[in-house]
Amino acid sequence: MNRAVDVLVVGAGPAGLALAAGLAAAGAGRVEVLERDEHAGGIPRQCHHGGFGRAGALGDPGALADLLGLGAYGATARLRRQAERGRPDSALGLRGPAYARRAVAAAVAAGAVVRTGVCATGWAGPLSLETTGPAGPERITARVVVLATGARERPRSARLVPGSRPAGVLTTGELQQSVHLYGQSVGRRAVVVGAEPVARHAVRTLRRSGAEVVAMLTGHRRATALPGVPLLTATTVAELRGRGRLSGVAVRHEDGRSGLLACDTVVFTGDWIPDHELARRGGIALDAGTRGPSVDGAFRTATPGVFAVGNALRGVERAATAAAEGAAATGPVLARLAGAPWPEPGARLDVRAPLAWVTPNRIVEPAVRPLLLRSGEPLDHPVVTASQDGRPLWRRRFPGPVSPSRSLRLSPGWTARVDPSGGPVVLSLG
Amino acid sequence: MSLTTAGALPGGTYDVTVVGAGVVGSAVARELARLPLRIALVDAADDVGDGTSKANTAILHTGFDAVPGSLEARLVRDGQRMLAAYAAESGIPVEPLGALLVAWDEEQRAALPGLADKAVRNGYRAARLAPAEEVRAREPELGPGVLGALDVPGESVICPWTTTLAYATQAVRAGVDLHLNCPVTGVAPGDPHTVATGRGVLRTRYLVNAAGLYADRIDRLLGHAEFTVTPRRGQLIVFDELARGLVRHILLPVPGALGKGVLVSPTVYGKVVLGPTAEDLDDKTATGSTAEGIALLREKGRRILPALLDEEVTAVYAGLRAATEHEDYAIRSHPARRYVAVGGIRSTGLTASMAIAAHVVELLAEGGLPTAGARDLEPVRMPNLGEAFPRPYRDAAMIASDPEYGRIVCHCERVTRGEIRDALAGTVPPGSPDGLRRRTRARAGRCQGFHCGAAVRALFEEARR
Repeated sequence: MNRAVDVLVVGAGPAGLALAAGLAAAGAGRVEVLERDEHAGGIPRQCHHGGFGRAGALGDPGALADLLGLGAYGATARLRRQAERGRPDSALGLRGPAYARRAVAAAVAAGAVVRTGVCATGWAGPLSLETTGPAGPERITARVVVLATGARERPRSARLVPGSRPAGVLTTGELQQSVHLYGQSVGRRAVVVGAEPVARHAVRTLRRSGAEVVAMLTGHRRATALPGVPLLTATTVAELRGRGRLSGVAVRHEDGRSGLLACDTVVFTGDWIPDHELARRGGIALDAGTRGPSVDGAFRTATPGVFAVGNALRGVERAATAAAEGAAATGPVLARLAGAPWPEPGARLDVRAPLAWVTPNRIVEPAVRPLLLRSGEPLDHPVVTASQDGRPLWRRRFPGPVSPSRSLRLSPGWTARVDPSGGPVVLSLG
Repeated sequence: MSLTTAGALPGGTYDVTVVGAGVVGSAVARELARLPLRIALVDAADDVGDGTSKANTAILHTGFDAVPGSLEARLVRDGQRMLAAYAAESGIPVEPLGALLVAWDEEQRAALPGLADKAVRNGYRAARLAPAEEVRAREPELGPGVLGALDVPGESVICPWTTTLAYATQAVRAGVDLHLNCPVTGVAPGDPHTVATGRGVLRTRYLVNAAGLYADRIDRLLGHAEFTVTPRRGQLIVFDELARGLVRHILLPVPGALGKGVLVSPTVYGKVVLGPTAEDLDDKTATGSTAEGIALLREKGRRILPALLDEEVTAVYAGLRAATEHEDYAIRSHPARRYVAVGGIRSTGLTASMAIAAHVVELLAEGGLPTAGARDLEPVRMPNLGEAFPRPYRDAAMIASDPEYGRIVCHCERVTRGEIRDALAGTVPPGSPDGLRRRTRARAGRCQGFHCGAAVRALFEEARR
């Protein structure tokens, strides 16, 4: 069957839903959101912890602002620190599932059509997607297509961890779904690989399921420990052992020491990659750093009529950040629907190691929102510089430590000095 | 028809018992199922094809490079035709991609004419030399330094999982008793033979040993010592479906002094495989990958197809080939003992399986097994796992008749709830989530369960309750 809509959003997570809500409320015509899962809401559905914005009714302006990502990140640093010290999650406002339900309700209330159990499987034309669902295959053509396909953690295989292939090897995503959505048991003694915030959520989920967490380990030289969990830094997984079921994880410290952690479960956390299959199948240009679609400050990809928002752009930022991007894309999508031309690609933004990526990845016109810059390594007081064709554009010292699990926000003023028709803009340290 | 996975074995005496439900043992059981006899197929694992048969390069060989005149050469050549026809009839995915043996140095280029002659001696006449420009035009992503290739258009890729499952399914439907979780621990030769297993005693007049890596142990239980299996580990890396566009043919290495070498090949599941290593071990359970093996494969892969290394990896695995001290297959008949050993079936075993089965049944007949009254088997139609063939999620008529075929559970591999339900209710149902993966591709994709792992597990556990 062939159908036409005005805007087709792929992915009903925080970013896709916020955008659909904004577009539908602005009278953008038929706005349809496709969700391949049986339920809309995205990753927050499986995150049974707080930190997803202020509680409150939909009508509460503060809550709505959070939902659409218009406010700052919902939980303040002070509240997060309290949570680390054992304060209940409720101190952080909404938990993931409640946040997800509210985001879905807001999009539907605004007039967007959210279709679950429908998977976009490929492209039938430049702005035409092939889909499959229980009602059969379809071809849906839109005036604007938005990729809000989110991200996933790289599993053990993609990290090339050697050893046997026993049961008991998970990512946080699978762990959270197993425990929170399916009530499955996951094991008794677990090792968590990674020490980013998502790893700490994995530890809490494991404990809630009744498992003992034997250790957390990270290749980085420093990380934040959780009370009661041994933290091994500068340590990598050398091998998985066990036949049938995992029996242990062999680890190696960077100084050469090695050991074996006896466990029946290992959770590989973090190491995010955008779910970019649809983008690649559609020939949408990707950014080398993020592996997500390359976009300009208005979330335009290099393909006319195709936008990309949220964690599809680079791996994981907080739900509020993804939702803020969805909300912020509303204006540019409306402009496109009104006939705005698709600009030339502009100047590329590149990063130099140890910086890992930056979004947006191109400058067509002066950016109006902060840029997100991620380092691949922990840094202290980094000085970040931007230059184009050897010409310095901007330089700033960031106070304090910078973690590889959190982005630096660069205020956008300096992007006015970028020559959109010039060479790549290089962001580096020093 | 019967399949058992626990409890005591049935009493009475089987006419023939086949030990080992890999691709070879299952093929033998299927061939025997044509006869009006009482047949058992037993395996130590909880599934068919759980050893060497599940972890290999999955190529349907022409046999162009076999040792001319060997038993292997004949059985591979015959088996290739038989399996190609059987696959077409049964829905086993096969893609006739053709192979290029790519020469990267002068020594390798110099070896190509000899390989072309060898192919002719093996009865394969379609191989020809291809100059460097042609190779480059046909495989634009090849790394620099290609000097030429031997073009072997008859080589194909096949689904090894469906092949074994099709044989076993057809055998069980035709009346063969399949006993899983049933390791053979001892054999008291006699008439009948008394076979001790982890699930009790089984009596059988004829015995076929197709135990793969453990075939030498079974052989010794019967008082023979005709071969010793030295497991040869092959580690492989599977790259994501998005890498599939990088390669069009099976890219075989030119065999050298150090063995057959590392290949790059599309798989029928739409991915790209790089491997295998070749490591002689003494541990028959060492199916783990190693850091050294992975590093070696990546180094070789980078030379063959540089862009491949930028793609995501969906799986790293290792298989063990049942190598012996003999160059050829070690198929030995002991008519007085009513015993046939099928040893040393290495990487060509998948291709040769049907011809091996026919050969084994001939040997049994020479040993006195009555073979009158053979009948044709009911054909089987297996669910398609191949990416190049119609899959349920795209099939409007199938979804219209049953919406479960439109409900995608595993999104990376586009596996629907209908397919998972069918596999769980199959004649030979999976014994584990891994077995379910080999029947449906569920969880075989890039996310390895990040999105669907819990849902697939729930469906598996529900069906087992």
